[in-house]
Amino acid sequence: MQYMLLIYDTEGSLAALSEAERNAFMGEYFSYTEALRGAGKFVAGDALQPTATATSVRLRGGERLVTDGPFAETKEQLGGYYLIEAESLDEALEWAAKIPSARLGTIEVRPVMVYG
Amino acid sequence: MEVAFREERSRCVAILARVLGDIDLAEDAVQEAFVIAVSRWPRDGAPANPGAWIVATARNRAIDVIRRERTLAGKTEHLARLEGISAHEDDPEERTIPDERIALIFGCCHPALALEAQVALTLRTLGGLTTEEIARAFLVPEATMAQRLVRARRKIRDAVIPLRVPDEHELPARLAAVLAVVYLVFNQGYGPPPRAELTREALRLAALLARLLPAEAEAHGLLALVLLHEARAASRVAADGSLVLLAEQDRSLWDARLIGAGKEALARAMALRRPGPYQLQAAIAALHTEAATDWPQIATLYDRLAQLTGSPVVELNRAVAVAMADGPAAGLALLDRLELPGYHLLPAARADLLRRLGRADEAGAAYREALALAPADGPERSFLERRLAEVEGTR
Repeated sequence: MQYMLLIYDTEGSLAALSEAERNAFMGEYFSYTEALRGAGKFVAGDALQPTATATSVRLRGGERLVTDGPFAETKEQLGGYYLIEAESLDEALEWAAKIPSARLGTIEVRPVMVYG
Repeated sequence: MEVAFREERSRCVAILARVLGDIDLAEDAVQEAFVIAVSRWPRDGAPANPGAWIVATARNRAIDVIRRERTLAGKTEHLARLEGISAHEDDPEERTIPDERIALIFGCCHPALALEAQVALTLRTLGGLTTEEIARAFLVPEATMAQRLVRARRKIRDAVIPLRVPDEHELPARLAAVLAVVYLVFNQGYGPPPRAELTREALRLAALLARLLPAEAEAHGLLALVLLHEARAASRVAADGSLVLLAEQDRSLWDARLIGAGKEALARAMALRRPGPYQLQAAIAALHTEAATDWPQIATLYDRLAQLTGSPVVELNRAVAVAMADGPAAGLALLDRLELPGYHLLPAARADLLRRLGRADEAGAAYREALALAPADGPERSFLERRLAEVEGTR
């Protein structure tokens, strides 16, 4: 079973930290990713560029509408994700709680739909 | 007979649901097995072990259903796990089927489900109340309740919420959530207005938890609490539906058997030496069943409960107990430090202490404040009105 762990946090919360704190935080992310890989649970994972770089696109009546910005303007924004392999929601929640950003923001855990 | 059926049904559902991870499919298969039993047993005679027969038959039904589902993900895995369930319908060695309902309870009370869904699902799956009965008890339209149940079962299946007893490091928090659901069912049943179908279910669930988790002190504590309150159910409400104060209850209506069972459960809990809020509340309820009420002891227990829970409602109860132990002035001093905006029982308690101190004017004002906050159709109203008339008469 695959689960998507969506990392939502306040943009700029990392920038508000001192350089030493920021480095420590990034270090935690690297070791977390290593732990996921080591356990054979890692499928994919990336950080995203800030929402200032986001572009949204919709097709309405055959016409392509392109707008600047993310899907929704909210305080906490999608900043990255992990796609993991887990036995159950409990295991996925265990891994989600270990993501460093779980302390600052929210991790949304979504099972990935399986076809066939 | 009906109770036996419910017990057997939820046990069978638990076994299949655990393997399938799908409560819906498990319930359907068990239902079908019962239908087959009703048509076959009178003709062929009941099997030696009816529970095992139902499980085996339901298992075969579920295998049929899964085979027909062409698109089902993890089909082979599901089938393999179903094959693993013993199909020995009449194993004379195995008189009863294993009780896996504890795993099902933990699934139903998983924190990934909303609390109201946990409550509904637990009552429907393990209590065996109908959707209509649950809807009525929680004052929700039946369609809303049905929708809530469907969503919860689907989330268990699709997000793979495991139907299992949590690992040791998660157990304390998860058990607290399960006990909270049973406590909430009991409170809703306690009322006002009282709903016997809910207190009965809470009692059954608490007894099940205490039996299946014998090392958990708070499981016994909750059972004791429910038993000791349930023992006084008949005396709590007068014929006209108004509430009867503990001091004015007809003790001959108390159920001595339930009181005895409650005290035994409390003793089992305390022997485990892991105190908790349910045990403290049960201990208080036990003291209230004694012929002479030990108010100083009750005040002490409320004090410990307040330290554990930090609840201002517990502080309110503590103040009332202190008033009984050390006089109304001492209780009033504690009440005056409390803030419970919008909660009618605080001015009601103040009013009572002021009345006993002979401060009729202040008592009258507090009774009026309590009446303004009390629920419009609550059974406390007539009591408060009667007391208000009394203090106004003595002025």
